[in-house]
Amino acid sequence: MTILKHVLESVENQFETFQILNEDGKIVNKADMPELSDEELKELMRRMVYTRVLDQRSIALNRQGRLGFYAPTAGQEASQLGSHFALEKEDYLLPGYRDVPQLIWQGLPLHQAFLWSRGHFAGGQFPEDVRALFPQIIIGAQYVQAAGVALGIKKRGKQAVAVTWTGDGGTSQGDFYEGMNFAGAYKAPAIFIAQNNGFAISVPREKQSSAKTLAQKAIAAGIEGIQVDGMDVLAVYAATKHARNRAINGEGPTLIETLTYRYGPHTMSGDDPTRYRSDELNSEWEKKDPLIRFRKFLEGKKLWSEEEEAKVIEDAKNDIKEAIKKADQAPKQKVTDLIGFMYEELPVNLQAQMEEYQAKESK
Amino acid sequence: MRELTYLEAVREAMSLEMRKNDDVFLMGEDIGVYGGAFGVTRGMIEEFGPERIRNTPISEAGIAGAAVGSALTGMRPIMELQFSDFITIALDQIVNQAAKLRYMYGGKGKVPMVVRTPSGSGTGAAAQHSQSLEAWVAHIPGLKVVQPSTAYDVKGLLKAAMDDDNPVIFYEHKLLYKTSSEVPEEEYSIPLGKADIKREGTDVTIVASAIMVHKALEAAAELEKEGISVEIVDPRTLVPLDTETIIQSVTKTGRLVVVHEAVKRGGFGGEIASMIAESEAFDYLDAPIKRLGGISAPIPYNPELEKAAVPQVPDIINAVKETLNK
Repeated sequence: MTILKHVLESVENQFETFQILNEDGKIVNKADMPELSDEELKELMRRMVYTRVLDQRSIALNRQGRLGFYAPTAGQEASQLGSHFALEKEDYLLPGYRDVPQLIWQGLPLHQAFLWSRGHFAGGQFPEDVRALFPQIIIGAQYVQAAGVALGIKKRGKQAVAVTWTGDGGTSQGDFYEGMNFAGAYKAPAIFIAQNNGFAISVPREKQSSAKTLAQKAIAAGIEGIQVDGMDVLAVYAATKHARNRAINGEGPTLIETLTYRYGPHTMSGDDPTRYRSDELNSEWEKKDPLIRFRKFLEGKKLWSEEEEAKVIEDAKNDIKEAIKKADQAPKQKVTDLIGFMYEELPVNLQAQMEEYQAKESK
Repeated sequence: MRELTYLEAVREAMSLEMRKNDDVFLMGEDIGVYGGAFGVTRGMIEEFGPERIRNTPISEAGIAGAAVGSALTGMRPIMELQFSDFITIALDQIVNQAAKLRYMYGGKGKVPMVVRTPSGSGTGAAAQHSQSLEAWVAHIPGLKVVQPSTAYDVKGLLKAAMDDDNPVIFYEHKLLYKTSSEVPEEEYSIPLGKADIKREGTDVTIVASAIMVHKALEAAAELEKEGISVEIVDPRTLVPLDTETIIQSVTKTGRLVVVHEAVKRGGFGGEIASMIAESEAFDYLDAPIKRLGGISAPIPYNPELEKAAVPQVPDIINAVKETLNK
């Protein structure tokens, strides 16, 4: 049936990749260039450089056994930080397990991020003004929660949005569709970001779905979908800003697919990406690197120098050193802590369990 | 005192709370003008409007996730799962999310939500709309599980569930919706974790939940004619469980029959029996503990077979007599 083929093609062809800076750091889309001050542009670069250092150090710390669970972020800086930069302090974040940087830039102290990685309860005790859920481990579960957070925000009449991130793998989950559909049905202020880094652990994007783009999955939910160059920090920023404005104006949720790449393994828990990715593919993506591209752009505007970059790297290293020290000073966790945290008040049936461990721990 | 049905008591508990607390809202399928699959929410959308009586897409994971999410923003959602069997498609949000968030926030976050859901057989709803799966959620640390058996209990327990800052799974039995009892007009709370002795007796203790409380009461009335005195303990909440009341009763009677509608194998009755076996009441037992539960088969559509699949009054009478060697 030619008509059906036509419908599918016309949907898929709507999704051109939104880009502002090309790989050489040249503006290719002046019309959509976001209004950012020089200071803000530099801040974006600073955050990307800082986060790259944090990633390198986190991998090293993990290898030394000084950090627990860690999902590397290098390659995804534009996708993670460009989207986050478009948000406000009162927005609510629902990150995936790779999205610790967004939490840090939202105000989660570094040592707490490290403690979270170690499974220490103090890592989950977010500061009051960091409105966020800790990184989601169940793939896609944050999508349905984002719909609920957005409903809560709407009910309370706040000028804020719920923002959630998952990977390309998450878009195969039922939760992904249910979350978008649910939020869409109520025009709830939510932004759904699917960071398509090409692989759901080892399964390539094109093997996960027949859909040509992930952005087109928004169409069925009747919400806006944008595919954006996820290595272009300005494009990701502009797309997210657009989505945020729509959400605040009551126009409903947006799905943003960012085309990106993770240079490292899926997580530090035993993944060997050479089993499923070639060197050619790696170097193809390294040419699109978000830091190189944005650095070229800033250097062209005389806004960035080697000295400035060196200073950021130095600052990051110092901060990390201090944060690890601070994390090491956290009190040892006790079983009684964990029992006590489960319920608002200790239910009668946990009393015996609590007393048993209190007795053991007091020995 | 005026009488109210169990169904009306659920509605009244929610309405009284919603009039007082603007953060409480309801989400579920067909809960708007349709009034919910069993009519529990009938009239509520007219009073509270569509933002607080939120008719949702058919999307159980979506409803549960939205309940968790909205609770994180300070709301106090009540979600209605149209049939408790559908908890299967909402379980990730209940088990992996709601139950664990407070713990994973290091005690600094909370998910005050109530999952209200009709369970049980007896309505001819067949294999996928008749189950009693409460043991699943009772197994999960971080949740509370409530199973009221009367209109009076339902109103007070639901108030306590709505006030609770932890996720509470609240099982309403379909066959009990039309039963009535005296219910005060004002709000009152029955603490979660407090069992109720539905009938005092001296020879045998029956621990029965939900619909089985009523079947046990019928059985007890029959047994009384034969001079057998039965005490009936209704735990009302499975988590937290009021072990003290059960232990005291068994210590007094020396005999225990546990009866629930859920499949016996892996059912919560096993937990009660083990709890007694581990307790000081064990030494007082004069006979082996008897457990009655549903057969290990799906609930049949055929009405006769449906009845045969779960314990009935004669089964309870026989079980009591067996523990007395009669």
